[in-house]
Amino acid sequence: MSVLVYTESENGKFKKNAYEVASYAYEVAQQLKTTVTAISFNADSSEDLGDHGVSKLLQITNDKLKTFNAKAYAHALEQAVKKENATVIIIGSGMDAKYLAPILAGKLRAGYVPNVVAPPESTNPFSVKHTAFSNKGFAHTQINTETKIIGVSNNAFGVLENKTEISVAPFDPAVSEDDLSTKPIEVDKVAGKVTIADADIVVSGGRGLKGPENWGMIEDLAEVLGAATACSKPVSDMGWRPHGEHVGQTGKPVASNLYIAIGISGAIQHLAGVSASKTKLVINTDPEAPFFKAADYGIVGDAFEVVPKLTEKLKEFKAQNA
Amino acid sequence: MKILVCISNVPDTTSKINFTADNTQFDTTGVQFVINPNDEFGLTRAMWFKEKQGATVHVATVGGQQAEPTIRKALAIGADEAIRVNTEPTDGFFVAQQLAEVIKQSEYDLIIAGRESIDYNGGMVPGIIAALLDINFVNTCIGLEIEGNNATAIREIDGGKEKIATTLPLIVGGQKGLVEESDLKIPNMRGIMMARQKKLNVVDPVEAIKATQDTKFDKPAPKGPIKMIDPNNLDELINLLHNEAKVI
Repeated sequence: MSVLVYTESENGKFKKNAYEVASYAYEVAQQLKTTVTAISFNADSSEDLGDHGVSKLLQITNDKLKTFNAKAYAHALEQAVKKENATVIIIGSGMDAKYLAPILAGKLRAGYVPNVVAPPESTNPFSVKHTAFSNKGFAHTQINTETKIIGVSNNAFGVLENKTEISVAPFDPAVSEDDLSTKPIEVDKVAGKVTIADADIVVSGGRGLKGPENWGMIEDLAEVLGAATACSKPVSDMGWRPHGEHVGQTGKPVASNLYIAIGISGAIQHLAGVSASKTKLVINTDPEAPFFKAADYGIVGDAFEVVPKLTEKLKEFKAQNA
Repeated sequence: MKILVCISNVPDTTSKINFTADNTQFDTTGVQFVINPNDEFGLTRAMWFKEKQGATVHVATVGGQQAEPTIRKALAIGADEAIRVNTEPTDGFFVAQQLAEVIKQSEYDLIIAGRESIDYNGGMVPGIIAALLDINFVNTCIGLEIEGNNATAIREIDGGKEKIATTLPLIVGGQKGLVEESDLKIPNMRGIMMARQKKLNVVDPVEAIKATQDTKFDKPAPKGPIKMIDPNNLDELINLLHNEAKVI
């Protein structure tokens, strides 16, 4: 009855999030006095999961599962859960994870809690803390079912070192035609660009930037920092930036280490969506902007002057600290 | 084509969130309830299918009588008929089981729910329904076309989007992008008048498991004071980000 963890990978490499969910799973396994079994889909590497507490890896190599397919992946996980007699399943909170987890919950009749920010508060009854009301509150939720699925919030637990002897076993779950009845036929994704979900730093622009033609400085700043770019709701509504960059209550949530808001006043809906970020820096001309009340560092100044200067200074800093 | 739009009755996005009864309940005092924004995009897309492809559109919610103004609003926007499952929506799995029963009774071709409700953010209702009924499912859906029995959906993925081909019956978890914000339908006077005549069926809940239960709530710890930095002293900012916050 090990704890089962779903690890995400891309082009054969584990995502950083895989190590975080593995670390979380190890903590749960310690509490339950058991071990961690991970499952991977077409990942080449395996050993480094052992650095983060995984004792056993079920390694799937199957061309039918090359691209993410929620239904087929959920079916594979269901088979792994049965094989391992797992009662607790740990999953991340990226878009794929949040697509897959409810399907798995339905199949296993398992209670599922996403957006979990801390290790279980108790294991009997099983209770976890998670964000709710779009980060305006936390809920403590008890899971009553025998099988439980925990969705760990990005960056909430961190990647921890737990050197563990790992054994790797090939795993070949059945994949039926029916599993592939929703077929991805085309992917439109900018290669090599940091995504908001994976980013340690997010640079976000608002209406204060006056127009889409001024986004070059946001992109320059993001590039120096290895950051993802994002925007406020009005900016995406006006079509200055794609919807996928909209962060806030009705857009994407942000849980980065550093969130830089430029020309964003900080409407309550925006603050809700980004409040899980650890450090927030606000650059705005208006000293009364509500965002200053919710930030850690603030600069009252004209973004058109401050941002390019900051980018230059950061380049120097990076060169010295490389 | 028969469409069901699942509606969640949620606090308006500007609501202040407070808890009551020793922090075990959400405090609804002074809170305005609305159609969950993610559901609203789906409802407007359903109206498009009604106008262009002659679809019939039903709306369903799980909730007590206090949810009726919200579901009436959906009728005023143009849905043909409404169903309210008369029980408190205690958790996502429970709601999914209730809605799955509604869907089974009427055999809908397309079910549109929101990606998540903005109150409890569970994001699980459409996916659990898909598993319970064994139907196709596309989450974070930002584009949807139906032709005969075939559906083409666009799904938002981390860092981009993906086109998906599938077939009906289908359930989607919708969000902004399914229609544009500026295209959202607002009820007009005629719609509001007509909504009064439309059928609102109140049905009893079915026996269902309560997979999870919220036992306590709390609010985020208050934020410490902000440090203001002179725009002419960016070295200081970099120093703070590097040595104090340790984020660069």
